[in-house]
Amino acid sequence: MKIIAAMSGGVDSAVAAARAVEAGHEVIGVHLALASNPQKYRSGARGCCTIEDSHDARRAADKIGIPFYIWDMAEEFHEGVVENFLAEYAAGRTPNPCLRCNEKIKFAAVLDRAKAMGFDGVVTGHYARTQIGPMGKTLHRAVDPLKDQSYVLAVLTTEQINGAIFPLGDTEKVDIRIEAEARGLAVAQKPDSHDICFVPSGDNAGWLRDRLGSEVGPIVDNTGNKIGEHKGAYTYTIGQRKGLGLTIPTADGSPRFVLKIEPVTNTVVVGAREELAVIKLMGEKTIWCGPAVEEKPLRGFAQVRAHGAALDCTYYFDGTRLVAELDKPLLGIANGQALVIYDADRVVGSATICESA
Amino acid sequence: MSVYLDHAATTPIFDVAVKAMTDALTKVGNPSSLHTEGRSTRKDVEDARDLIAKAVGCLASEVIFTGSGTEADNAAIKGLFWKSGKKLIAISAIEHHAVLDPARWLVEHEGAELIEIPVNKSGELDLDFLKELVAKRGSEIALISVMHSNNETGVIQPIAEVVNIAGSIPVHTDAVQSFTKTPLSYKELGVTSMALSAHKVGGPHGIGALILQRAYEIPALLHGGGQEREIRSGTLNAPGIVAFAAAAASKIYEASKVQELRERFEAGLLTSAPSAYINGVDAKRLPGISNVTFPGTQSDSLLLLMDSEKVSCSTGAACSAGVHRPSHVLLAMGHNEVSAQSSLRFSLGANSTQADVDFALSVLPTVIERGRAANQI
Repeated sequence: MKIIAAMSGGVDSAVAAARAVEAGHEVIGVHLALASNPQKYRSGARGCCTIEDSHDARRAADKIGIPFYIWDMAEEFHEGVVENFLAEYAAGRTPNPCLRCNEKIKFAAVLDRAKAMGFDGVVTGHYARTQIGPMGKTLHRAVDPLKDQSYVLAVLTTEQINGAIFPLGDTEKVDIRIEAEARGLAVAQKPDSHDICFVPSGDNAGWLRDRLGSEVGPIVDNTGNKIGEHKGAYTYTIGQRKGLGLTIPTADGSPRFVLKIEPVTNTVVVGAREELAVIKLMGEKTIWCGPAVEEKPLRGFAQVRAHGAALDCTYYFDGTRLVAELDKPLLGIANGQALVIYDADRVVGSATICESA
Repeated sequence: MSVYLDHAATTPIFDVAVKAMTDALTKVGNPSSLHTEGRSTRKDVEDARDLIAKAVGCLASEVIFTGSGTEADNAAIKGLFWKSGKKLIAISAIEHHAVLDPARWLVEHEGAELIEIPVNKSGELDLDFLKELVAKRGSEIALISVMHSNNETGVIQPIAEVVNIAGSIPVHTDAVQSFTKTPLSYKELGVTSMALSAHKVGGPHGIGALILQRAYEIPALLHGGGQEREIRSGTLNAPGIVAFAAAAASKIYEASKVQELRERFEAGLLTSAPSAYINGVDAKRLPGISNVTFPGTQSDSLLLLMDSEKVSCSTGAACSAGVHRPSHVLLAMGHNEVSAQSSLRFSLGANSTQADVDFALSVLPTVIERGRAANQI
């Protein structure tokens, strides 16, 4: 096949591209320029947005022996990922921008452009597997549980999965580094990136404050009594305990947690730990990564964070929403988080949590 | 088959230049040394200087060897500015970054004021604008810089008229693309300074020349041993210099042959892509450059697709991150950002053939079709 290798400048995408070449594909390396004013040098734990990263990607392509180009996706990234991130926080939700990037950039803008240009698909360094079986090509967890990225890929439609190649899903990260070393790739020991790539300082709260303002507002308990003041509602996270600055203690001295963020009234609601517990999750904007689920309840697993636990649940689609009823209560769920459903290790689909109870 | 159509970026080195260079590489002797070996290398350098002076129509003493065309442009722009004691710099809006960026640097660091002289839709300098500028503010102008021909479109600029309008104001011209491709005489043009580069004319990389009027001294960028009229210090790059001269004097580049090929290419291109148009087509152009806008495409997609088909061409401008940017040259010619980013430069050279042109034309329809499809996304 003729495929585009999305190369961030990191070790994973470099090894993925090399493996795709070895599998007999005709591979062209593409680095996505996502920042309109990229920094010259990488700093901290971000690893894809600087000129240094694009240089690393180019050198990896040289080593692998494939052509290399840079595609400017800064505008698409800003509109589809950064603005969405801000809008979600402004609405009091907690988004995951990596999912949006996979949904709107890597497996949409890039894959569509690649297909239009006569390529068959896109290869990336994500840790996930695909399998071909009676349901067609399906998306599965990687064998390395610590690196598994199937959660952030759960926004891919079956058509996008058909155009995606994930060569790293069967290998543990530690072995990818050894392999990169053996292949002579200079990025073999480059540190992993794990922060949000477009927040240069790693200080999400500060970054949000700079863009959304930091209007002071009330912190209330769940009966509506004001017990403190916050410095910008969207810089708080559901389940947060520290940094609330509350001076009035609870009657029994137990700690208080953020239960709810209300952007319209700029209010943060706090309460006891047990009030954070939910057992039913409902999500909108459902995407099926395989056959669509119907109203008949099925047993499986729900996951609500990129590296969160797989929670036993019963799930179904009520016609408009994806619903997961958890076997055990879960603490600290925010609207905007992605609910991903697994059938054993297969990704069934995902939805954006809009309500929990 | 692979076809190289990016000769304006760099062109294959001529055999005569390789021979001259390899002979020189095996010789010992610093041209500034006083002994036998030094004098021998010095003679080679001065013979080469004579050849280049003859090729460009200047005195041998007016040739200052530099490390590149960019260095020659920098030395001229900064040197003429510092020498003048005046603050106003006038350059064309379509200058190469080797002129544009030192001029902007002088604005940021030396208090200069920069005025860009516009061009018309064909990419030719607006002489009336310049006349008015000189009439109003001539006494404030430190220097005027207008390239002899544009590197992206090949459009030749009216330098003799610029010099005429400038009067006593120093004029620099970047003649990197023009040298050996179109008639060029330093003396006849009457400019103060001119920049040349070896690797655009069949010579090696890393050698260029600043042509500067005899006894016209400007402050140096590089200080050291005082070589090259104390305007450019550094041990003379004798192998580069002799190879530059061998290429410049070779007459291997046949302008009429290259122009015929270009015409064949453009005719074929307009037949297979009727909506395409050639930038600067109504102006006098260099023989080998064809800058084409393909509406409804993005040039970086086209370049990738052409490259996949083994045809090398150029998108013009890229930023330091390697991201394609709209060309300031095409914008100055009235393009908007979208059409400027739908353009490719094809440039032919001394060894280009009819088979090259025909092969490039054969892959174009598919490339354009896929480029359009990718642009719909």
